[in-house]
Amino acid sequence: MTTLPLEERDPGRLERTAIGGVLVREIINFSSYWRSTTFSSTVEPTIYLLAFGFGFGSLVSVVGGYNYIDFVATGTVATAVLFSSIFPAMFGTFIKYKFQHTYDAILAAPVDTEELVTGEALWLAMRASVYGCAPLLVGLVFGLSPSWGMLAVPAINFVAGYGWACTGVAIAGWLKGIENFNYVTSAVITPLFLVAGTFFPLTGLPGWVQALAQLNPLFHCVQLVRHAAFGWEGWADVWNFSFLIIFGLLMWRVAIAAMERKLID
Amino acid sequence: MNDRAGCDPFGVSSPLNALELSHVVKRYGEITAVNGLDLIVPDGGCVGLLGPNGAGKSTTMRMLTAQTIADDGQITVLGHELPGDSKAARARMGVVPQLDNLDTTLTVEQNLVVFSHLYRVPKAKRKAAIERVLEIANLRERRDSKVDELSGGMRRRLLIGRALIHQPQLVLLDEPTVGLDPQVRQELWALIDLLRSEGVSILMSTHYIEEAERLCDSVTIVSHGSAVAVGAPIDLVAEHAGRDAVEIYGSPERLVEVEAEMVKEGFPTRRTGTSIAVLGLDDAAGRAPAGERRPANLEDVFVLLTGEEIS
Repeated sequence: MTTLPLEERDPGRLERTAIGGVLVREIINFSSYWRSTTFSSTVEPTIYLLAFGFGFGSLVSVVGGYNYIDFVATGTVATAVLFSSIFPAMFGTFIKYKFQHTYDAILAAPVDTEELVTGEALWLAMRASVYGCAPLLVGLVFGLSPSWGMLAVPAINFVAGYGWACTGVAIAGWLKGIENFNYVTSAVITPLFLVAGTFFPLTGLPGWVQALAQLNPLFHCVQLVRHAAFGWEGWADVWNFSFLIIFGLLMWRVAIAAMERKLID
Repeated sequence: MNDRAGCDPFGVSSPLNALELSHVVKRYGEITAVNGLDLIVPDGGCVGLLGPNGAGKSTTMRMLTAQTIADDGQITVLGHELPGDSKAARARMGVVPQLDNLDTTLTVEQNLVVFSHLYRVPKAKRKAAIERVLEIANLRERRDSKVDELSGGMRRRLLIGRALIHQPQLVLLDEPTVGLDPQVRQELWALIDLLRSEGVSILMSTHYIEEAERLCDSVTIVSHGSAVAVGAPIDLVAEHAGRDAVEIYGSPERLVEVEAEMVKEGFPTRRTGTSIAVLGLDDAAGRAPAGERRPANLEDVFVLLTGEEIS
């Protein structure tokens, strides 16, 4: 009889081996579709960046004290993170649940719903962390000045991506049919995407919109990335980062609750 | 299978029964899917869960992995109480689902790699575990094929093999051969028989009588969520149907008459669709009706006990 580490004898919650198993599944699957995903996750924000940057850039050269291209390049980082985490989480979760029955197989193994959700969200956060850097790199090519603070961008992306991935899982867990995703996309994701200070500063908007924007995680992500690139702003950034952490933790628990309701009857 | 301990991260000794359900109840609103079910799989035994569609077989299977939580009753799997201890039980149990849920864009080998991680096969043993499964499932030549490129039979073999990656002590098979042609079916039966000979405990749900008759030491026949008969196939046949059955053919009108006559005489009968089979003839002597005589079988018992109407 092999002697095993004590902690492996009594399976607890959120075990590393279980989360690791879920991650391995995602990584091996990713090897079969990484080209198309990488293409859409990097080309899409780049098109946004170029269209807005050069389109609006020809009308306005300076926005909020920044060169407009620089303004948009840093803003679209947050957009890239949002799109590369919330949509794969929504569609991926739904497809794996409804059509591929993948979760039946995973939950029959020594993996609990909590570990399943955590593993999948971690993976999407890692991906989003990398994909989110694409607009920044494109911006650098078009004249954005490099700075040391930019090295913090992958970490910011990871935290924001984790929260968005969990949000996507929660939406997929909560909604009954894939056609209902349209409601969420139009009523929730699009406003969040537009009122975040990505393409234009919020200062021109009515006061109540600005107040609401404070509740938008994307806004805090945009702020953090911009400050990482152009200079930190002390406590304001501590608040921005704390907001993303709280958002991530909250949505993590919401996603687990939604999936437990869906997967266990 | 003496290196099983290496794949057992929870180190629990083997209990007398691999699986025990007692008075298990599961309700969905007004509907009671499982209604006081008792079921035992002895260690090393192969038990068939036999019942018509809607009898509660699939719900029962899901309860054994705690994906469905019972409203009442007790479930013990490999010595672990469910649902609380279900994770430890799942670590030593293999599950072959009714619906194919392989990762279709991955190769055969990649599918096994994924499951060697999910089932915590220690790193040093992973390669050997995968080779072993490829051998058992007879897929060595197809290790690099994408699942999409495999035939239906190969996919089923992979699905069964995948459940064996961690050398489980108990294997659950949910309708393992549903929708497959006879050649593929007998190939899978050989595979299941191999597991049996290695001492793996098996619970198999099926509505193919022949499958249960060939593979199971014991069957539990379920109807409307509870067990209506338990025993070895041969004993159940002797007890409920007797040695022989007599089949009487005729026009549909004639069959209705025959059925009424036989019931009046006190013989159990069942419809076969084209004839009426008269059972329970062991003590009938001269009273036995004229017709085609054949040995009684488990299907007779099944229809007798679970009813002729399709609900």
